Amino acid sequence: MSKAAELRALAKERVLVKDGAYGTAIQRLGLGEAQFRGAVALTREQRGNNDLLNLTQPDAVEAICAAYAEAGAHVLATNSFNANAISQADYGAEALVHDINVEGAAIVRRVADRFAADGMPRFVAGAVGPTNKTLSLSPDVADPGYREVGFEEVVRVYEEQVRSLAEGGVDFILIETIFDTLNAKAGIMAVRNVERALGRELPIMLSMTLTDLSGRNLSGHTVEALWASVRHAAPLTIGLNCSFGAEALRPHLKVLSARADTLVMAYPNAGLPNDLGDYDEGPGETRAQVDDWLAEGLVNIVGGCCGTTPEHIAAIAKAVEGVAPRRLADPPEAMLLAGLEPLEVRA
Amino acid sequence: MTLDASRFVMIGERTNVTGSARFKKLILKGDYEAAVEVARQQVENGAMVIDVNMDEALLDGAEAMATFLKRIAAEPDIARVPVMVDSSKWAVIEAGLRCVPGKPIVNSISLKEGEEDFLRLAARVRDYGAAVVVMAFDEEGQADSKDRKVAICKRAYDLLVANGFPAHDIIFDPNIFAVATGIDEHRRYGVDFIEAVKEIKARCPGVQISGGLSNLSFSFRGNETVRRALHSVFLYHAIPAGLSMAIVNAGQLDVYDEIDPELRDACEDVLFDRHDGATDRLIELAQRYQGQGARASARDDNWRALGVEKRLEHALVKGLDAHIEADVEEARQGADRALDVIEGPLMDGMNRVGDLFGAGKMFLPQVVKSARVMKKAVAVLLPHIEAENAGEKRAAKGRILLATVKGDVHDIGKNIVGVVLQCNGYEIVDLGVMVGWSDILAAARHHEVDIIGLSGLITPSLDEMVHNASEMEREGLSLPLLIGGATTSRVHSALKIAPAFSGPVIHVNDASRAVGVAARLMGEERAAYTAEVAADYARIRAGRAGKGKRALASYAEALENGFTLDPDGIAPPPQSLARHEWDGWDLADLRAAIDWTPFFRAWELHGTYPAILEDEVVGAAARALFADAQAMLDEIVAENWLTARGVAQVWEARREGDDLMVNGGTRLPMLRQQVKKRAGRANMSLADFVAADGDHVGGFAVAIHGAEERASAFEAAGDDYRAILLKALADRLAEAFAERLHQHVRTTQWGYAADEALTNEELIAEAYRGIRPAPGYPACPDHGLKPILFELLGGNPAGITLTENHAMWPASAVSGFYFAHRDAAYFGVARVGVDQLEDYARRAGLDMATAKKRLSPNLDEEAAAG
Repeated sequence: MSKAAELRALAKERVLVKDGAYGTAIQRLGLGEAQFRGAVALTREQRGNNDLLNLTQPDAVEAICAAYAEAGAHVLATNSFNANAISQADYGAEALVHDINVEGAAIVRRVADRFAADGMPRFVAGAVGPTNKTLSLSPDVADPGYREVGFEEVVRVYEEQVRSLAEGGVDFILIETIFDTLNAKAGIMAVRNVERALGRELPIMLSMTLTDLSGRNLSGHTVEALWASVRHAAPLTIGLNCSFGAEALRPHLKVLSARADTLVMAYPNAGLPNDLGDYDEGPGETRAQVDDWLAEGLVNIVGGCCGTTPEHIAAIAKAVEGVAPRRLADPPEAMLLAGLEPLEVRA
Repeated sequence: MTLDASRFVMIGERTNVTGSARFKKLILKGDYEAAVEVARQQVENGAMVIDVNMDEALLDGAEAMATFLKRIAAEPDIARVPVMVDSSKWAVIEAGLRCVPGKPIVNSISLKEGEEDFLRLAARVRDYGAAVVVMAFDEEGQADSKDRKVAICKRAYDLLVANGFPAHDIIFDPNIFAVATGIDEHRRYGVDFIEAVKEIKARCPGVQISGGLSNLSFSFRGNETVRRALHSVFLYHAIPAGLSMAIVNAGQLDVYDEIDPELRDACEDVLFDRHDGATDRLIELAQRYQGQGARASARDDNWRALGVEKRLEHALVKGLDAHIEADVEEARQGADRALDVIEGPLMDGMNRVGDLFGAGKMFLPQVVKSARVMKKAVAVLLPHIEAENAGEKRAAKGRILLATVKGDVHDIGKNIVGVVLQCNGYEIVDLGVMVGWSDILAAARHHEVDIIGLSGLITPSLDEMVHNASEMEREGLSLPLLIGGATTSRVHSALKIAPAFSGPVIHVNDASRAVGVAARLMGEERAAYTAEVAADYARIRAGRAGKGKRALASYAEALENGFTLDPDGIAPPPQSLARHEWDGWDLADLRAAIDWTPFFRAWELHGTYPAILEDEVVGAAARALFADAQAMLDEIVAENWLTARGVAQVWEARREGDDLMVNGGTRLPMLRQQVKKRAGRANMSLADFVAADGDHVGGFAVAIHGAEERASAFEAAGDDYRAILLKALADRLAEAFAERLHQHVRTTQWGYAADEALTNEELIAEAYRGIRPAPGYPACPDHGLKPILFELLGGNPAGITLTENHAMWPASAVSGFYFAHRDAAYFGVARVGVDQLEDYARRAGLDMATAKKRLSPNLDEEAAAG
């Protein structure tokens, strides 16, 4: 059975758990420049380049991943959110993109295989972030037609990352924190190109982030418009992450859940950051909100984003125990088009 | 016919260079700003998808497609609908797909080049996540018969589905061809299409079917009545057969039931090839509809025979006031109470006007005329209502305060918004022009209004609006604040006004949007809507913050990089240094010099005169408005309603740094562009067009007197339409006067172009030597130069006075400077830095606070803060 088929079969039985955040977990380690940099020869400061730790502090990354697996996560993501040539350019580390991804994938693969021995399968999702450039917005108000980066360039950048993650042994590609729908479409194109080049399937997981409470991402798309725009990826999962806490995500998750004829995965932040930029929603609060989602049958896979810890994931794992999973939506056959808003034309 | 959005999709056709001459011209000119407006109009008129096509030999299609799609992506009210990327070239389609974030439609691919090519392109379409239009076209050519249409579509369907292309993303276009061409082979085109649609739907489950509607009526080009009827009748039959989309001119379809039955039958006979004489009969009938006049008079007689309630509705929808008083009286006698006439037929009629306007089927001038009819009707009823002692007022949907802010006198746009809102059931408290914030706040409390709308045209009004907003904040008034007027913008509202006020701030750039905005603010979705706007504005602020704009040069560098004056281009000394004054320039002469395009724009009819009169969407409304304008001009000229006063003078002048020293000792400080320029481009200042000694500049002021007074009389009589029309015409006459006076100065008074001979079109296009920049406009942005100019012209020139923010009264007035150097050209000063601000303040003798206020729209952020 393929990994995708395995995940689908399991998701019929139960609600699955995804891991928590790397970023805030790494922050808590309080590493300094020397630890970030390790033995790598780079000229710019590397503190904050979390993805580089796959090469310089693999044990620390593995420990974070293992703590989530220990807490009960079935879906384990790689520490590679910014491991693409566009984002790494800020650190002058473009040349390391391949290695960061291969090692990042290998670390999580090891953890997954180790924990799979307990009888519960674990899945490795290669995390692909949005890059720090948008394809559909102009950074210059005076010149609305200007773009900092082009579609083909973003496709090439994603191809490099996806190829490397596949080489390191991931099961799926997780295109996450989608703030610009066109970036996500470039990501999907890249995965397809790599699949053809490698002659193997790379199932896609997609996760959108909302920038305002009305339920749109930065490029202005509603949840339904995003779904229309990425449905051609035939994704293994579609969902929401980051944005706000679980409570504020609920109405938008509900819309998506009613639409999507595939698995829904959501992983919220631990509430909203406080004045100091810290997330202070405790595991108990997160669990209470996730309970609401579960009671309504909105999700198939739940995890955590910024501010979540292994304790949050353990609380979520408890919450999903014995809960019936969401049933896939069965929408009537229709053409689903989208601008910023969806347009459905029934067949 | 009702069009259910989930069953039938109207695809806007005007953003297509092959179908719209106007759009093509805009794209070829590179005027994407105006081209974007074409898209906006389509969406406003009800297009649910917009078709974009750049297939034109003179264009780089891929580049134009990408540029246009990126531009509309920045307009949320356009980008909300999906795009149809339309080209016969795959490279152009692919360039478009790379810019579209949502889920678009590709139009089109076909089996023309064989199966391999077809499937290769289909796979590419799939990678981009688009739906696709497949033309009924194969290796043999385009399908014309029913059997060929069905066979090709079925073959394409089987190929696509077998290769994993989902059926629900396939749209077949089985080719709509022209009917009634007189060629026998074409007779079955209509019926073949409709029958093919049925068959394809049955044999290809899950697909959609589309077509380009305008081909159908190709034989009747120029005859809008027949074209519209044919299109509407065709859809009436094709939609039930399975046609689910069509590329149409949105907002240009008739209601099936309202088409003249004789015409409707003739159309159906042609479409279904019912008899040999069908085409001839329709062609014969078509002649009757050639030109609108015949149709109107035929209709005139008919509607008078209707029942009184229908007559009232007809009069309101058509804006006809000839019989309104008698009809209302008749209705009143048949009603229990006079109030019932208002609440019954009159409100029904106005609701219908509101619906038609909302659906893009009526345009502003028509709506304002409808409002006039309504006011007349109400005026007939009022004495009876009072006599009946009915007392209670009918409940308005909401009460909205409107005002033109302090220091500004322009109110045409504000008045239009007021009328349109009134038509839609809102009560308007109009405070008029030059209204200070304290009066606005007091009136808002006194009348307990629900919404405040502020308007302004000159740049200092932007600051007044910010000031108003902060006063509302200070006094804890949390009403929604609507912002409108020519210099206002969504960006300014987001960056400057919204942060000053914690209540909702919404920029409403035209009257057509005002009703929708008011409805949402008064409805249940208010919170969601204001949150959405606030989020949108926050996005604008976020996008603006931290993103670099083009860097500023230091003022010293800018001065160094000034434009070098060519001594050979200096104009000869003037024929006369005396002041020339006119107290009554011939209005008939000014009328001939009117530039009509801005006149139509004032009424939100977009297009260039004279082409706008033939425009497919707004042509009829434009023609009616133009006829009313001409009739009023006849009266203006014949009865001397208005007086055109003007003054012009040329003085000795020399340049001193960025100042002009005029007529001996008057100093006119100028501003210089400070944005860093590419090598070889100068940082311009108007001072650059004047020599260091022995040169000249001129000045002028013109005004049209008498419009305000007469407009007030119209308003008092309930005739807002004529009031607005008169003010709009007075504005045009003032502009025409400025153009004519400049011509007089060039050929006679200064005389440097004595043998100039230009047509009116060339005058409007400014194909002459010399410029006449106005204080407060881009080349010379400080309105505060007007008092100096006016002093030079002898004080209160042309009878004009200035408000505290230097707006001119009467409002229909133009003033400015003349520069005659051969190379003199218009430019925009744009942003200036703190160094230039300080220097300008010193030269103009202003304290920093005043200088900052006067230049605030131009100040760099650092200069504004510092």
